[in-house]
Amino acid sequence: MTSAETAAQTDLRDTHLDDAELHARLTRTWRTGASLIERLSSVDHKVVGRRYIITAFVFLCLGGLSAIAMRMQLARPEAKLLGPDLYNQLFTMHGTTMMFLFAVPVMEAFGVYLVPLMVGTRNIAFPRLNAFSYWVYLFGGIFLWASFMLKIGPDAGWFAYVPLSGPEYSPGKRVDVWAQMITFTEVSALAVAVEIIVTVFKQRAPGMTLDRIPLFVWSMLVTSFLVLFAMPAVMVASTMLILDRLVGTHFFNTAEGGDSLLWQHLFWFFGHPEVYIIFIPATGMVSSIIAAFARRPVFGHLPLILALIAVGFLSFGLWVHHMFVTGLPQLGASFFTASSMLIAVPNGIQIFCWLATLWDGRPVYKTPLLFVLGFIAIFVIGGLSGVMVASVPIDAQVHDTYFVVAHFHYVLIGGAVFPLVGAVYFWFPKITGRLMSERLGRWNFWLAFIGFNVAFFPMHILGLQGMPRRVYTYLPEMGWGPLNLLSTAGAIVLFASFVLLLINAVRGAARGAPAGDNPWDAGTLEWATTSPPAPYNFPRIPFVTHREPLWDNRESLPVVTGLSVDVREHVAGTVTESFPQLRESSPEPSIWPLLAAISVAAAFLASIFTPWAVVWGSIPVAITLTGWFWPKGTPEDEE
Amino acid sequence: MRFPLASPAAVLVFCLLGGCSGVQSALNPQGPQAAHLARLFWIFTGVCTAVWLAVMLVLLVGLVRRTPARTDPLRLDARSERRSLMVVAGAVVGTLLTVVALTALSYLSQRQLFARERPAVTIKVTGQQWWWDVRYESDAPDKIVTTANEIYVPVGAPVSVKLAATDVIHSFWVPSLFGKQDLIPGQDNEIQFTASRPGVYRGQCAEFCGWQHAHMGLLVVALPANEFQAWLAAQAAPAAEPDDAERKRGAELFAAKACIMCHTIRGTSAGSRVGPDLTHFGSRKTIASATLPMSRGNIAAWIVDPQGIKPGVNMPNVSIASNELDPLVSYLAGLR
Repeated sequence: MTSAETAAQTDLRDTHLDDAELHARLTRTWRTGASLIERLSSVDHKVVGRRYIITAFVFLCLGGLSAIAMRMQLARPEAKLLGPDLYNQLFTMHGTTMMFLFAVPVMEAFGVYLVPLMVGTRNIAFPRLNAFSYWVYLFGGIFLWASFMLKIGPDAGWFAYVPLSGPEYSPGKRVDVWAQMITFTEVSALAVAVEIIVTVFKQRAPGMTLDRIPLFVWSMLVTSFLVLFAMPAVMVASTMLILDRLVGTHFFNTAEGGDSLLWQHLFWFFGHPEVYIIFIPATGMVSSIIAAFARRPVFGHLPLILALIAVGFLSFGLWVHHMFVTGLPQLGASFFTASSMLIAVPNGIQIFCWLATLWDGRPVYKTPLLFVLGFIAIFVIGGLSGVMVASVPIDAQVHDTYFVVAHFHYVLIGGAVFPLVGAVYFWFPKITGRLMSERLGRWNFWLAFIGFNVAFFPMHILGLQGMPRRVYTYLPEMGWGPLNLLSTAGAIVLFASFVLLLINAVRGAARGAPAGDNPWDAGTLEWATTSPPAPYNFPRIPFVTHREPLWDNRESLPVVTGLSVDVREHVAGTVTESFPQLRESSPEPSIWPLLAAISVAAAFLASIFTPWAVVWGSIPVAITLTGWFWPKGTPEDEE
Repeated sequence: MRFPLASPAAVLVFCLLGGCSGVQSALNPQGPQAAHLARLFWIFTGVCTAVWLAVMLVLLVGLVRRTPARTDPLRLDARSERRSLMVVAGAVVGTLLTVVALTALSYLSQRQLFARERPAVTIKVTGQQWWWDVRYESDAPDKIVTTANEIYVPVGAPVSVKLAATDVIHSFWVPSLFGKQDLIPGQDNEIQFTASRPGVYRGQCAEFCGWQHAHMGLLVVALPANEFQAWLAAQAAPAAEPDDAERKRGAELFAAKACIMCHTIRGTSAGSRVGPDLTHFGSRKTIASATLPMSRGNIAAWIVDPQGIKPGVNMPNVSIASNELDPLVSYLAGLR
């Protein structure tokens, strides 16, 4: 029986260990080492998620600085601060950075950090792919900003309409840089989407049936499906663009039988869902924050989930409203008016359910809730101005004017950034173990709220007064000077609010008050772990009995046992009932994802200069991927 | 949720902030189409403002009303949950009805606005980086008029504008007359509008088209029908012969310098179509795509340093000696 004894020793389970022993062994199994190589090899979703969040906020800062530079130039007519060349680069960098390097990644980052905790598992699915996706994203962002610093920043807008972005009207490397950067972010976004879908479907804690999944997790799930279906469209588009530019195809060249409107269709077929890829996770954040601070579960759990799914579907049927003035057939255009207005219904359901929750609850006014209240006030304006621009005739006037700039900043900053900042205040204690200052938080909120409205509300009026978008200057006799000056002043206040957020975060991380496991007395599983969570997340996997497990089990959470403590394992369960099916091994740390990302980045980068880079660059990619997937021959794999 | 009547406060705020004036304002309509658009805009604004105020009211009341303390967050009152459900369901139905009503309104307006009439004048506008080529079509070749950046139209008659582009996408937008329409290479678009009153209305390119997108303006000049016909006849004529020594010298310089490589002056040897037609240049109100008012000083400044005024513009800085500038300016200003 010696072999059985050995097996029992190597296959030690968490069933009968005491807490200290369990902690020591699980830590040894799951921790990220301290050396540089070990850090770079980390596949812990919390380590990767933290890096993602911090990187995304660095890009927010860069995007914000470019916005401030533009606002300075526009503060008065015919200012000479920036010429058209630099201005065009700046607005391209601003849009590209905010959309591709900040908004989408930061939402994914919160998903990467929180989803495994919220569903009660030890790590995200495909953790090495997760590490890879972060590195690819980082390299794409560095590549874009390094190009800008080298004065070859893209300058054809974040939308890169052909023929302006084509080989004839944008010679040089600028638009190539843009198109390749898009490819980087496509790869990383698709990877994260797949990880989140699998984590949610297969790795939920036993007992977490579909109707017990937290709303934030639902929102990340719907978002991930949007990414899966939307990103391929822009992937096709950016590949066709770069082929037109680098190898002389004529997809978009009208003179050779191409079509310049094709680009707009493909781009907006991605671009409109993109807005919801950013907004839907924010709704999940709002639901989490409202439940915690209204001191009750969110009203209308099922309608909210159905609304999320409806928004997801409808978001693919709206893209033509970006093209109302391109001369499409009238009846076709009005169909998209109807679909664009219809999406107000599921979005309305969400707003009404949150209002009902706040109505019945007893709100606790902490900073996260303030940002959510600000979100409701601002986002509803953005949604309603969206109803206006959805109308073909009204859009004919306001399209491509500052009215639209105001509209989508109300939607994106109001609808996504306000909840996001609320989410930072909300989950900061979980991530760092310390609280941020409430006093600074209140200042932060009011500066952001006032600064935002002063910066962006006047733009509605400027647009109606005839000010088009993307102009680097304007004539004094147009009379747009005073409102532009006001808007610039608001932008500076808004920027200051983010500086305050940074100060508060740095101070909080260094010497904030210790948070404890559940500082807000919230109900979802991430608050059951220590703050910050141990590398293994949960000592034993919780058994879920309710949508708000921590409110349902005040004394202690029921748990399931039987997982190994010496090898990385998590529970895999059925998709709908989350009935445990098997113990699944979870990959060990590895340096290969980093090496693979470096070789992929090198191949993408070099392909701008020669098509042969695709051929030669595939060799290091193949080598690193082989290293990554080399069979390890672990006992379980052979079972 | 109920939708109270449109709030006059929002209307007031817009007007106070200057939304109701301006040569290039959507809220200062000067034709039936633009007036219809402005009306539609205010109806939508009224409805949306009312909805926003209602949402804010519910939010505020919900926050300030006294709710009994809840010891257990999971202990919900079944009756108040049912009541919330009824209210939310009512609000959703209200939203749906509002959305359907606005969609129908938008659709009916659209049909009316984009309905085609037999135009009194048809004008072909071709967008180029960064100016507008304007051509009045006619069956008789000698009646075809080509000009740039200024469109003359008769008052009270439907005008059809055919839109084309030769390089990148532009967008034709004169807010006080009508909404915008794109000019797309390889595609023919057309809009129709009517100007109700004589006047000068400014427009601007609305689709990002490169470096000088900001300075791609145009003017629409609405004249009574007889004045318009007189203008058209004058424009159809070839360029006036220079009538003094200085202008003659200017004409020679124009032909000898790089000017002739790009511009047309009908009735002379200059016939290139790269840049704007200058046949009746001196009769225009502005130069450089409605960027500078027409004056001798501005013509001189533009000839000497176009790159300083519109960096990146396709007109190069041509070397002109100081004694050559005056004749050239006199010649161009005299092309009336």
